[in-house]
Amino acid sequence: MGLMQLFKFKGGVKPATNKAQSVTLPIAKAPLPSVVAVPLHQSIGGTPRPLVQVGDKVLKGQMIGEADGWISAAVHAPTSGTVREVGMYAAAHPSGLLTDCVVIEPDGEDRWIERQRVDYKALPPEQVRELLRDMGVVGLGGAVFPSHAKTQASRSVPMEELVINGAECEPYITCDDLLMRERAAEVVKGIAIFRDLLQPKKVLIGIEDNKPEAAAAMAEAVKAAGEDFQVVSVPTLYPAGGAKQLIRVLTGKEVPANKRSTDMGVQCFNVATAYTAWRALGHGEPVISRLVTLTGNVAEPRNYEVLIGTPMDELLAIAGPKPDTDGIIMGGPMMGFLVPEAKAPVVKATNCLIAHSPALFPPKAPEMPCIRCGACAQACPHELQPFQMYWFARAKNFGKTQEYNIFDCIECGCCSFVCPSRIPLVQYFRFAKSEIWARERDKKAADGAKTRFEFKQHRDEREKQEKAEKLAKAAAAQAAKKAAEAAAAAASEGAPAEVAAPAAPLATGPGDTPAGPAAAPLSPEEAAAAAKKAAIEAAMARAKALRTQTQPQNTDNLTPAQQQEVADIEARRARLREIAKTELVHADAPPAATAPAAPAAPADNSDTSEK
Amino acid sequence: MEFSTSPYLLKDTSVRRVMTQVLLALVPGIIAYVLLIGPGILAQLAIATLTALAAEAAMLRLRDKPLALFLGDGSAVVTAWLVALTFPPVAPWWLTVVGVLFAIIIAKHLYGGLGQNPFNPAMIAFAVCIVSFPALMSQWPGAGSHLAPGQQFDWIFGLTPRLDGMTSATPLDALKTALRADEGHSGPLPFLAGNAQAVIALCYLAGGLFLVWRKVITWHIPTAFLGAMGLLAGLLWLWQPAGFANPVFHLLGGGAMLGAFFIATDPVSGATTPRGKLIFAAGVGLLAYIIRVFGGYPDGIAFAVLIMNICVPLIDMTTQPKVFGMKDQ
Ligand code: SF4
Ligand code: SF4
Repeated sequence: MGLMQLFKFKGGVKPATNKAQSVTLPIAKAPLPSVVAVPLHQSIGGTPRPLVQVGDKVLKGQMIGEADGWISAAVHAPTSGTVREVGMYAAAHPSGLLTDCVVIEPDGEDRWIERQRVDYKALPPEQVRELLRDMGVVGLGGAVFPSHAKTQASRSVPMEELVINGAECEPYITCDDLLMRERAAEVVKGIAIFRDLLQPKKVLIGIEDNKPEAAAAMAEAVKAAGEDFQVVSVPTLYPAGGAKQLIRVLTGKEVPANKRSTDMGVQCFNVATAYTAWRALGHGEPVISRLVTLTGNVAEPRNYEVLIGTPMDELLAIAGPKPDTDGIIMGGPMMGFLVPEAKAPVVKATNCLIAHSPALFPPKAPEMPCIRCGACAQACPHELQPFQMYWFARAKNFGKTQEYNIFDCIECGCCSFVCPSRIPLVQYFRFAKSEIWARERDKKAADGAKTRFEFKQHRDEREKQEKAEKLAKAAAAQAAKKAAEAAAAAASEGAPAEVAAPAAPLATGPGDTPAGPAAAPLSPEEAAAAAKKAAIEAAMARAKALRTQTQPQNTDNLTPAQQQEVADIEARRARLREIAKTELVHADAPPAATAPAAPAAPADNSDTSEK
Repeated sequence: MEFSTSPYLLKDTSVRRVMTQVLLALVPGIIAYVLLIGPGILAQLAIATLTALAAEAAMLRLRDKPLALFLGDGSAVVTAWLVALTFPPVAPWWLTVVGVLFAIIIAKHLYGGLGQNPFNPAMIAFAVCIVSFPALMSQWPGAGSHLAPGQQFDWIFGLTPRLDGMTSATPLDALKTALRADEGHSGPLPFLAGNAQAVIALCYLAGGLFLVWRKVITWHIPTAFLGAMGLLAGLLWLWQPAGFANPVFHLLGGGAMLGAFFIATDPVSGATTPRGKLIFAAGVGLLAYIIRVFGGYPDGIAFAVLIMNICVPLIDMTTQPKVFGMKDQ
């Protein structure tokens, strides 16, 4: 652990860590569940296409959903068995909505596909990235961003630091801690994969200083592997494990909301992601399991290696939830959510299940008015003014919330945590964000309708014109034929051949033949003008399309992370709507959890307020 | 929004706890006050507290708000104590009542209650009373004369005729003359009991530092307030030592310490951004000095705070801090 200069981020809070209870026992393997339900959409980006049908037999590790597009990651069968269902199933999502799942009944044999380890160093980087995608490697810290898509350095900025996130700042969660303690060597090998792809100058592994065992194990493994990675102890301060906060602490760089970290020469991966990357390439094992901390109101808190798709209630039962357990929190108590459906499956983002009880998490005190004490602003790691955003969110003045940078909010919960008036600030921000997105979407839909209408008008006109041209042509041909006949007759009568000559142009266009029966509804001038108009319109449409492409808009050109946020927001919104039906009536509620993450962008040039 | 979302863990805190810490921080100053000036202040604190709670309860009832929740938040008691501590210790009981009623009913509840008042309620009370009852608001126990406890209570409850035997029943202009006459000499104000004022001020300072330590307030407001006042006082004193009192005199005299740590730091009516707090408090410090030295009132804190309260929206708007990652853009 080399001595290096660390930087501070503003704000942050120190909730009781509650980690000790789940680190006393080593990682255990969770027993094979009775059923596994693998959601197809488990990462940010495109929803994988199902490759199996009901009744198919699958092997452990077999790909059952193929990545859809570059920002997407494949999903695999966690165990061998029979596909019982491909369709909607309870989801690990706060919205409580269903999601597309492949439901597999395990056959108990847990039989693997043929696993192939690859010597990734011998492969071109592009192929390594494809492999990672097809092995389903995504960010396991919670963001589930497809990892391969993060392994490309910026073209203009050299990669300086690769930050490896072992901070694990959320209370209760200890799966990364145990992973580093027990499997450090393989984590280090995984880090080397990312290092080889990105070629940074330095690799910094950040671990909160409340995990000395993990840090020691990692340092040991780094040394054993002969790597020059630096293991750095960072002060325990929530949310030091936020990617942006950890990057700040280790490098001093602040990645703004509208920038990719690679544009600042830095990239960040979670330790568990590195581990799965190595298992994928070095062992040929796709991501079909992960470590999950079972803790909270349970008899025996512990970390388990859990198959993706395991029903949460079945999993939690292993740890022995106490009788007064009244819910399951997925994730930590700061950013997690109460799972609306206990049978929802464990997904790649599931790092922790906390048995919830009123004793452990007492009901919140009643909300008081904001006294503008500023505690929230002091706690905000993104240096926002939560009480101002709250003020405007409450007043439904959403434009103002945007002026106060509501979209920089990472929903870390520090503000709510410290507020003496017990205002659920984050809840207001989620609400405001969802409202803003909804309005954007409505506007988009309206703009889209307008575009479609204009297009239809344009098409009708063009069709009319084409019809007219056809008619004119037919008339001209008729005239030409008549003329030819006349000429032939004349020729046969010994008339001069030149007479036929004027007929020739007639065949190519209506021309100025007076002979044409007045069948053409358009005069040639009119036709020419219409053609010109059509050409101009087409050019305008092209220009419009081009502008739309090049103008960054509020909801176009989103980073996949933001797109995911939109999807999440949509889902939460749907839930909000359900609960407050009378308040938030919007006719066009989309089934958000399954909707494509990004709203399809119609070709419009609406001047949405881009930043 | 009924359903509960994260964070599920909350810090053990509440408005009541914040207010309790403020009250606690005032205790050293109150003890010094009792020891050095007399126990009359305890009667004033009790009168103010009871009046505030009654007025608060009545207003909450009228506005149909949960009584227990808001009555227990402690904010009315803080206002009451600040009224009592800024009023003369021998003010008649009804003056304290009037002041507190003004603070709670007009300055707080008519503006929307907790968290909504644009003006500091205690300072509204002070301003209204000093304008309406200038003589009574200026009756401080005279220098060197320690009023017997019984005598203080007699005065407060109107059992002895006022003015008679009053050590410093001076109207404003007389006070001012006294202040002027004393300037140039370091030392306590002549119309105050010995150097009691300075000792009490130091106790407020200790309480204020406790609040900073407990993170109930930040350093910005007290520092800028005292810094600006001290700087202006220092410059004028250096320029004309005979015409102006030295900065220590100003910082430890009058309500400077109480103002800097307990009054200007009222979060509801003050600026909220770090730079905004500096500007706001420096403004209060400067105005307080100017009013105190050149104006017609014995102390300028109340008016300075109220004037700066008006500027708060503008200050906050123009001092929004840059957010994470946007500092060099
Ligand atoms: S912490 Fe709560 S009471 Fe204090 S300013 Fe923020 S929102 Fe208002
Ligand atoms: S939830 Fe948002 S506003 Fe609140 S502290 Fe975190 S980033 Fe700041």
